[in-house]
Amino acid sequence: MRLAVENLRVTLGGREILGGVSCAVAEGEWWMLIGPNGAGKSTLVQAVSGAVPSEGALTLDGESLRAMRPARRARLIGVMDQRQEGVPDFTAREIVAMGRYPHRAGFLRHTDPEGETAVDRAMEATGVTAMAGQSYATLSGGERQRVLLAQALCLDPRILVLDEPGNHLDLSQLRQLFLLIDRWRQQPGRAVITVVHDLTLARAFGTHALLLSHGQTVACGAIGDVMRPEHLDAVWEMDVGEWMRACYGQWAR
Amino acid sequence: MRATRFHWWEAVLCLAVTLAVTLVCVCVGSVALPLRETSGILLGALRGETLESASASILLRVRLPRVLAVALIGASLSLCGASMQGLLRNPLADGSTLGVSSGASLGAAVAIVTGFTLPGLPIPGTAVMAMVFAFAALVAILSLSYALDSGLSTQTILLFGVVFSMLVTSLLSLLIAFSGEKLRSITFWTMGSLSGVGYPSVGLLLAALLLGGGVLLSQATALNAFTMGETRALHLGIPVRRVKLTVMITVSALVGVCVSVGGGIGFVGLATPHMVRFLSGPNHKRLLPYSVFGGAVFLLLCDLAARTALAPVELPIGVVTSLIGAGVFFMIYIRSRKRRRHP
Repeated sequence: MRLAVENLRVTLGGREILGGVSCAVAEGEWWMLIGPNGAGKSTLVQAVSGAVPSEGALTLDGESLRAMRPARRARLIGVMDQRQEGVPDFTAREIVAMGRYPHRAGFLRHTDPEGETAVDRAMEATGVTAMAGQSYATLSGGERQRVLLAQALCLDPRILVLDEPGNHLDLSQLRQLFLLIDRWRQQPGRAVITVVHDLTLARAFGTHALLLSHGQTVACGAIGDVMRPEHLDAVWEMDVGEWMRACYGQWAR
Repeated sequence: MRATRFHWWEAVLCLAVTLAVTLVCVCVGSVALPLRETSGILLGALRGETLESASASILLRVRLPRVLAVALIGASLSLCGASMQGLLRNPLADGSTLGVSSGASLGAAVAIVTGFTLPGLPIPGTAVMAMVFAFAALVAILSLSYALDSGLSTQTILLFGVVFSMLVTSLLSLLIAFSGEKLRSITFWTMGSLSGVGYPSVGLLLAALLLGGGVLLSQATALNAFTMGETRALHLGIPVRRVKLTVMITVSALVGVCVSVGGGIGFVGLATPHMVRFLSGPNHKRLLPYSVFGGAVFLLLCDLAARTALAPVELPIGVVTSLIGAGVFFMIYIRSRKRRRHP
């Protein structure tokens, strides 16, 4: 399995948001999309999911993503993004079950024999089983985030794409989330792409990274090669390592 | 735990209530017919007997087709409203949001002014012209919105629908200004008039509801995903643009047929889904079927009020629905304000 992004360009309202980004994601890899605000990380996610029009090649195992039907695309690439356009009054379980839509068969997409078990399993994994009957609108930010993650897990995709999955989560939830995604990734035929702001988390969990700045690739490849001081310091215009050591050094015993 | 689908017993219950209300509406009117006599006539007619009495003639030729048309229009408009509110994620949307019903009204006004009729057709000339104009309006709105914004964003559609409705309404006013003695019939038509509806129109409405309703109900799952925003719907594998086009074309066609038969009946499509939501919840798999029955019952009761409140004067049905609809609207506003104050 190989997701190939080649010379991907996104222009919105006459402004170039992404200018020719390339990378290739293979099975078992966890790619971290890093960069300052406005670097184009979320736009890259939207372009891969098809929510934003883009130019350049976008293929999974040689098959163009753009030519795929939306349901097939969603089964292969499961996206959880940050956009909250609506907060429906549906129960948490109804929201999670929406993730089964592309797996339903039949003329009206009404049959899905594994649906109930898949929903149960996803809710269990993200720890939202207890709020199954509660209205999504009444949940807290962290609870909503975990419900949305369960929805994305329900898609059972080959590649899971998460835009800032750690938002609204407390420290222990964050730890559980990253351990969960790590276990998910290690099953055969899967890969993960996440947008993260926390460079320490990126370094701890990522296998590869793509460092973006102003819509351009600064570095791309194995995590150790990308997260070098010369790359990071230039992009953030500060001594990143020095700052991290100063902060995290507080915990040294 | 809240129900997530429309159970068969709910369907039976809704159907029973709708039929009971229909029967009451058939009995009550300028000439009240006792229930026993009414059911006797109806059963006789169903068995194919020819009935000669005066009450049988009132019932079968005048009242029954009208009541059936009212029920079908109510069901269709309400279903359209619920679908559009879901699609556009806007509680103020309904079947007329796209401007199709104003187009149909203009067509009917043209027919009234010119005295247009198609000989040999069992449907009046106003209905034919209204349907033609509704279709033309639909094509104009969709192609223009598409040219302006190929993604057919909600914002564009809403804005364009409002502008289009205003334009057509001003054309309608222009027509009325020059209509002279026809003014009265145009005004009455735009407020909705169902007197003199015949069985051919009822058949047309039934066919439209069965066809359009089937299409709209099949989009329930997709509409559920739309509540989270179009981007997420796309991420869930929903063919967003196809769903939009399907719903908008179906709604417009259905509204076009309703308006051409019954005139401009406002607020049914807007208000009934909000009322029905208290029973069904927000899930479109339940909301849409509930809207069908709720719309039928609501419009039947409004029509009953229109016929009996100031008898022998008959109120335009649009006046009654708007009066009740405005009240409901006010209620929604208060509710949403309360919610904002206590998040």
